[in-house]
Amino acid sequence: MISLAGRDIMHAWGKFVFTGLGLGLLIGVTLSMAGIYRGMVDDARALLDNSGADLWVVQKDTLGPYAEPSSIYDDVWRSIRGIQGVIRTANVTYLTMQVRQGERDVRAMITGITAGDPGTPGWPPYLIAGRHITRSHYEAVVDIATGFRIGDRFQIRRNHYTVVGLTRRMVSSSGDPIIFIPLKDARDAQFLKDNDAILQQHRRTTETLAFKPAGVLDAVLASQNANSYVNALLVQVEPGYRIEETAETIRRWKRLTVHTRTQMEEILVGKLIATSAKQIGMFLVILSIVSSAIVAFIIYTLTLGKIREIAVLKLIGTRNRTIAGMIMQQAIALGSIGFVVGKISATLLMAPIFPKYVLLEPLDSIRGFIVVIVICVLSSIFAIRAALKVDPAEAIGG
Amino acid sequence: MLQKRYGSGDTAVDALKRIDMQVDPGEVIGLIGPSGSGKSTLLKCLGAVIEPTAGRMTLGGQVIYDNGWKVNDLRALRRDRIGFIFQAPYLIPFLDVTDNVALLPMLAGQSNSEARAKARDLLKALDVDHRARAMPSHLSGGEQQRVAIARGLVNRPPVILADEPTAPLDSERALAVIRILNDMADKFETAIIVVTHDEKIIPTFKRIYHIRDGVTHEEAGEGRGFR
Repeated sequence: MISLAGRDIMHAWGKFVFTGLGLGLLIGVTLSMAGIYRGMVDDARALLDNSGADLWVVQKDTLGPYAEPSSIYDDVWRSIRGIQGVIRTANVTYLTMQVRQGERDVRAMITGITAGDPGTPGWPPYLIAGRHITRSHYEAVVDIATGFRIGDRFQIRRNHYTVVGLTRRMVSSSGDPIIFIPLKDARDAQFLKDNDAILQQHRRTTETLAFKPAGVLDAVLASQNANSYVNALLVQVEPGYRIEETAETIRRWKRLTVHTRTQMEEILVGKLIATSAKQIGMFLVILSIVSSAIVAFIIYTLTLGKIREIAVLKLIGTRNRTIAGMIMQQAIALGSIGFVVGKISATLLMAPIFPKYVLLEPLDSIRGFIVVIVICVLSSIFAIRAALKVDPAEAIGG
Repeated sequence: MLQKRYGSGDTAVDALKRIDMQVDPGEVIGLIGPSGSGKSTLLKCLGAVIEPTAGRMTLGGQVIYDNGWKVNDLRALRRDRIGFIFQAPYLIPFLDVTDNVALLPMLAGQSNSEARAKARDLLKALDVDHRARAMPSHLSGGEQQRVAIARGLVNRPPVILADEPTAPLDSERALAVIRILNDMADKFETAIIVVTHDEKIIPTFKRIYHIRDGVTHEEAGEGRGFR
């Protein structure tokens, strides 16, 4: 038996191809939306992977340092370093801000890293060009997504930094590229007041009678200008030790909140990007409904255009299942054309130019194809119903 | 006596009141009558498309209706034992000429090659084999109607119902179609019922059934046929 659907498609291939192109662009947007969500999750995981930590020690009862503000003393590391199983600790500070370079500025996550050597928690795990930070001030390693190159100079608040190294896929959970600078510089950028504010604070403190006794004023002023906080302490646990047990020890004895890698991933994916994920989910649902409606409308219209032929086919003895199969095969063919166009457009056109990281996973594509085919099959039901209602008598005049 | 009533009670309409007709194998008869006389209803009943209300129909000696259908699969009956030729050719636009004709045997379960061979033979007999690979939209009106005739004949049905097959054609082509129908009836021993208004072809029938107000009246035709 010849394929009636195939013949009809070959006969009106232009109609099918152009309809498939239109549908494909819609499917491409849908796949890209899924890719954006995957990209956000991957960004969050990359942030955790790149930190090189097994545990994140943060301010008690907070979800810091990424999802909530967190502030702990910068000497906490000394006591935690002594806990059995802990091999490395490193203070870290994060702040997201606009980084200026001449006339342009880049949104980036500034990461203040502790002096150390490669492999220290918080450090970029690898470089693609240049070297790591070796000086205690005004050097930076940047993600290439910032657009900076080795030797470029940029400004963070009042200070200028020189790019000494480039890295890749170092991004915040919201996809902003990371700029690594020395911890002290980052803390200054985070907490340092401007000159007017410092002057005002100095004047107010000087006028406070309680600080008049000799030496007290100097001590108070010194404490106001000093900053002894960081956002978090990154901890590496020695292989062979149970991470959860080490975390529990820190929680019990240090009265701090400790997040494991799994908990941190839950915080980032489940809380920090949850709203975005819901928005994307809604878009996916809406796009799926729109795609279904379009496929249903197209297949229905194509079927209505063949009512007379369907009546003739029924009159000459064509089985209902042959006619239903023809319509369903056309819907599936349309969906397949649309999916191929959508996959190509998402991969080659949309993902490369999208400002956020779009991660198109093969498994998502397979799922997407199955969903498209299911949608097409369901959408063809209206057209099949219409075709099966056609009275073969319509082929006979009168 | 075949009858067909639409509706019931006060709104009932007797479309066919007293239909009594017989067509022999190899015979081409005319079924004529004014608009609304019941021609199309009769054709639909004969074609097993709608169910009569009462009466009896036999096809090749087999009772197919006797106050109720006596065959289980009307679709198969239409496919295998009744040929249809319509006012317009109604060829399937996305199939070429050969496959338009071969479709019926394929639907009946024959292999593609077997069905196409049958189709080619018929197209040759109808002198349209040179357009075997053409799409219907590329054929003239006469060629399309010959292909439609081939489709009606391809399963060698004992009866063909032709619904105003010459309506869209000029006199010359109309007579050519009737000549072909007569030839095919002769060749395949097929009974052909031609519903028509066409004054040009009415004189070609040897036997004519007039239908008026749902009642058939048999009369001899002029028989200026082609035999």
